[in-house]
Amino acid sequence: MTPLVDLRQVSVTFGTSQGPILAVSAVDLAIRPGEIVGIAGESGSGKTTLCRAIMGALPDEARLSGEIWFAGTRISGRPVAEIRRLWGREIAMVLQNPMTALDPLYPIGSQIDEMIGVRFGAAALPGRALEILRSVHLTAPELRLRQYPHQLSGGMRQRVLIGMASATRAKLLLADEPTTALDATIQEEILVLFREIRDRSGTAIVIVTHDLGVIRRVCERVIVMYGGRVVEDGPTEAVFTAPRHPYTRALLESLPRIEGEEIVLQAIDGQVPDPSELGDFCPFSPRCRLAREACLAKFPGETRVTGAHRVFCWAAEQPP
Amino acid sequence: MNAGTVTPAAEQALPRRRRLGRWRPLQSPGLPLLATATCAVLVAAAVLGPWISPYAKDSVDLANAIAPPAWQPDGTAAHLLGTDQLGRDVLSRLIAGARISLAAAAAATLLGGSIGVAVGVVAGYIGGLADAVAMRISDAFLAVPFILLALAVVAVLGSGFGNIILVIVVTNWPRYARLVRSEVIGIKHRDFVTLARIAGVPPARIMLRHILPNTLNSVTVLGILDVGRAIILESSLSFLGVGIQPPDVSWGLMLADGRTLLGFAWWLTTLPGVVIVAAVMSFNTLGYWLKARLDPRAGA
Repeated sequence: MTPLVDLRQVSVTFGTSQGPILAVSAVDLAIRPGEIVGIAGESGSGKTTLCRAIMGALPDEARLSGEIWFAGTRISGRPVAEIRRLWGREIAMVLQNPMTALDPLYPIGSQIDEMIGVRFGAAALPGRALEILRSVHLTAPELRLRQYPHQLSGGMRQRVLIGMASATRAKLLLADEPTTALDATIQEEILVLFREIRDRSGTAIVIVTHDLGVIRRVCERVIVMYGGRVVEDGPTEAVFTAPRHPYTRALLESLPRIEGEEIVLQAIDGQVPDPSELGDFCPFSPRCRLAREACLAKFPGETRVTGAHRVFCWAAEQPP
Repeated sequence: MNAGTVTPAAEQALPRRRRLGRWRPLQSPGLPLLATATCAVLVAAAVLGPWISPYAKDSVDLANAIAPPAWQPDGTAAHLLGTDQLGRDVLSRLIAGARISLAAAAAATLLGGSIGVAVGVVAGYIGGLADAVAMRISDAFLAVPFILLALAVVAVLGSGFGNIILVIVVTNWPRYARLVRSEVIGIKHRDFVTLARIAGVPPARIMLRHILPNTLNSVTVLGILDVGRAIILESSLSFLGVGIQPPDVSWGLMLADGRTLLGFAWWLTTLPGVVIVAAVMSFNTLGYWLKARLDPRAGA
């Protein structure tokens, strides 16, 4: 099957007054239609930059190298306007903060109508907005259409936004920390929505988050990033039960656990690397218990654990 | 909770300096109410002018020239605010002047505001070269001294109602352009604009529907403040003789006409002066009050 998104050796550098900063280095990644993928990593790991590269929405000072293919068409290297035309409509986005993602001056219904009108023409409008609100299980949808954003709670607004994003019938839905601004009980309901949308319309969904719990609950595949590199990529179940990269292992060990009466919080020693000091070596090596000379000399190639599970580590062969 | 909730007894107990420090006239309803009432009276006078004024603005009555206001000795109830050197009724002329002064101020503010807002929205949203060019042009306009510009325009185009508005517009549009541009730069990075752009909403539509309406709060405030400023500008021009020309009347023109008689007919200059001050202060108070009400950071 042709991948929906295919990244080949994609790197993104930012030119700054202190010299270039490597935000994403040499990422190879394919996302298949209908997949729900989680991209996990700390702040500064490059996950948001990678997403923006897929969107074609990198800031002006960013330089992209490598190739990005979308549904069999190469889109990297083309002018931004053309990229937008080619696939702007094939990608929809859900942002982190539902409080700022709706225009405060218009009722919900009018904002949905605008988006549907632009995408499908005025003929598609009648009844569609109501249908969208029903599809995301909003209570009293007729009332919501006439209400203004400030009259809805954060969870309700995020439902509206997810409904709008899925109604574009985009092939790819990018969600950047979609549940971070919501409280825990609402998170679960929002995550269920993502699954419903995928099951209904076969949309591939990429959820970027630092919350491993979100990924475990909804994603079938997880991509772990560190220091601008993909370090591990595989089925969620496999990665969570048998992580192969020392960083993934440390990350999972650092989840708070309850042992008896005590809550144990295991931190990773050291700090996130300074992006200006990254290069062709493993960015995790300064914090890694298994670090060896090779780790500092060159970033490792891919090691296949199973068919879909790959890891980038010189110590991958070593049993955990 | 603010000063308004302090009980009178507690207020008395405060040392005098503390009380003055807490004096925030815009937070009590009195001053804004007074300003609104004054503006309403002036606007009503301007609109209803021909129907409510006791005399025609230029009905000459030399027998009754330089009559003092009614409450003065020698004053007559026939001319409440007295008459000028040609026996014209001052009250009627103030009412007629309200019409011209307020119309000029309102037209200049609306026109200058529209131009400034349009330039500001486009410059702020598109950014880059368009923004730089628009802002440098507005800098250039702001740098020209107003009176010099006014005299130049009058010298080339002649004086008159339309040219006064033109002069005021030339000096006030850059203020709107700069204000709106800075607002737009903040708004265009907000998430709802990003999402509209991703969804493929055309830029013109984003500017008109999402950017422009979100700037209108501050534009309204500046607009009301600017009415006061425009009244001053128009009065200054008319006072200098390059603004409104007889037989039309404006407050500034009345000031100029009465100037030579200031020694023994104080009401010919004082009354128009008082009206100008009242009008400008009322519009300014209204503007600042609105600003405090509309801006959540002002903590009104």
